[in-house]
Amino acid sequence: MTATPLPEHPDWLWRTPDPRSSYDVVIVGAGGHGLATAYYLARNHGITNVAVLEKGWLAGGNMARNTTIIRSNYLWDESAALYEHALKLWERLPEELDYDFLFSQRGVLNLAHTLQDVREGVRRVNANRLNGVDAEWLETDEVAKVCPILNVSPTTRHPVLGGTYQPRAGIAKHDHVAWALARRADEMGVDLIQGCEVTGFVKDGDRVVGVETSRGRILAGRVGLAGAGHSGVLAERAGFRLPVQSHPLQALVSELHEPVHPTVVMSNHVHVYVSQAHKGELVMGAGVDAYNGYGQRGSFHVIEHQMAAAVELFPVFARAHVLRTWGGIVDVTPDASPIIGTTPVENLYVNCGWGTGGFKATPAAGWTFAHTIATGEPHPLNKPFALERFTTGALIDEHGAAAVAH
Amino acid sequence: MLLLNCPWCGPRDETEYHYGGQAHIPFPGTPGDLTDEQWAEYVFYRDNPKGPFAERWVHSTGCRRWFNVVRNTVSYEVLAVYRLDEPRPDLPGLAGLPGLPGRSDLRQSADPAGGNR
Ligand SMILES: Cc1cc2nc3c(=O)[nH]c(=O)nc-3n(C[C@H](O)[C@H](O)[C@H](O)COP(=O)(O)OP(=O)(O)OC[C@H]3O[C@@H](n4cnc5c(N)ncnc54)[C@H](O)[C@@H]3O)c2cc1C
Ligand SMILES: [Zn+2]
Repeated sequence: MTATPLPEHPDWLWRTPDPRSSYDVVIVGAGGHGLATAYYLARNHGITNVAVLEKGWLAGGNMARNTTIIRSNYLWDESAALYEHALKLWERLPEELDYDFLFSQRGVLNLAHTLQDVREGVRRVNANRLNGVDAEWLETDEVAKVCPILNVSPTTRHPVLGGTYQPRAGIAKHDHVAWALARRADEMGVDLIQGCEVTGFVKDGDRVVGVETSRGRILAGRVGLAGAGHSGVLAERAGFRLPVQSHPLQALVSELHEPVHPTVVMSNHVHVYVSQAHKGELVMGAGVDAYNGYGQRGSFHVIEHQMAAAVELFPVFARAHVLRTWGGIVDVTPDASPIIGTTPVENLYVNCGWGTGGFKATPAAGWTFAHTIATGEPHPLNKPFALERFTTGALIDEHGAAAVAH
Repeated sequence: MLLLNCPWCGPRDETEYHYGGQAHIPFPGTPGDLTDEQWAEYVFYRDNPKGPFAERWVHSTGCRRWFNVVRNTVSYEVLAVYRLDEPRPDLPGLAGLPGLPGRSDLRQSADPAGGNR
């Protein structure tokens, strides 16, 4: 194995226009989801009079902080369809956007450490296959073949009893994904406006007609919220509630190492996940902080816990140094599935609740959210993910596949 | 790591506790009369403020008792700790505690009888 050099950047990426007084569509939040939504509004629906408003810098929120794991091995039909649509889009996006963002299909292993993990894993592999998602159940010796640096000794505290494997899963260079989408959206006429915080909503009765921002009032035919960890705050400003709770989620990287880790390994049971970035850093993540929080840092005891697990699974990393840790704010729903659809406010749409795992869905989130905004109706893929499911009880309970391994 | 002051055991590290989400969500008085929307509110909808938040914690590795905390979700400053049979203290910064019009759970806690049920 050799480290992959990073691709060269194109000379320019996007304009920095001042906000106009009105747009057909305003998207709040220039994370991956907001940018993908703008891209597909233009590409799939011909709607280009669009502004994406970002309070900070472009893709500086969770998009810049995640551990970039991409997979589609979710349990339920609704989720498998949505995340597999995303994975198929990922497979063609580098060419479509003409930007090599190092989408690397190096596979993802989800380890099983208990009999119940084994049963859940086998069940998920079967469910995945029925849904056309590539998935394999690997016995311990096969796990060791896929990832030779993993400690599969039966004498460890949490022995590896097997694992699920999705070969088409992998990682991508997250910043470059955002920049690739931003460049194409910009080329098609979308205004990307940074340093522009949405502070309120302009309403005409129950209908939204614009937004108040730190750079003045901007009128809009339709408004799409893609504010990730701040979706609850945005909804409250718009006068409705969302069943989301915001939690800090953190990750960390080591210094550079020669390439030794060929895939992505996750363990829900001992709660760590590890991959090796293209340049060579070990990238690790763990669980959310238990309490609600908007402080963009995570608790130290979560790091201690994940390190203990990582060193047991990967003794070869015992002397690696932590170089950086950081946190993002993720919005978690009661069923660990996202909300994409209409809201009680007319012409106001929401994409939120992706919790700890929305990076992998970026293209599908944009695809379906753009459809919903353009037509006023959900796409068949996001219909089940409507806000109404918390009233009807038709939940899509993905805690097993989603929270919090990514 | 948070340092939380259990009303019975005193200050202990966060790792001794478990989090219980928003405080002062009373079980519906007449459950049979609730609409699906009201059930959804009760079961799934919680406030998610950026600022002071009244929440429940349990001292799981200590006395195993529940209590309430008012904590700022941005600075993580603990503003108050009180027992379940005590009303939420009327702290200066809490008057404008977020909660949408029509929401009763937080206002209810100002009512002396309205502790945490
Ligand atoms: C540590 C960590 C690890 C993760 N690992 C993975 C992973 O491996 N795989 C995976 O699939 N997912 C992962 N995730 C989750 C993933 O990052 C998110 O689900 C996803 O990024 C959310 O969509 P987004 O990209 O649009 O959000 P963001 O990038 O957070 O975009 C939201 C944007 O809205 C802006 N905003 C908010 N409020 C306002 C306002 N009022 N006005 C204007 N702008 C506003 C924010 O500044 C932000 O830029 C991880 C998250 C974290 C924090
Ligand atoms: Zn105690």
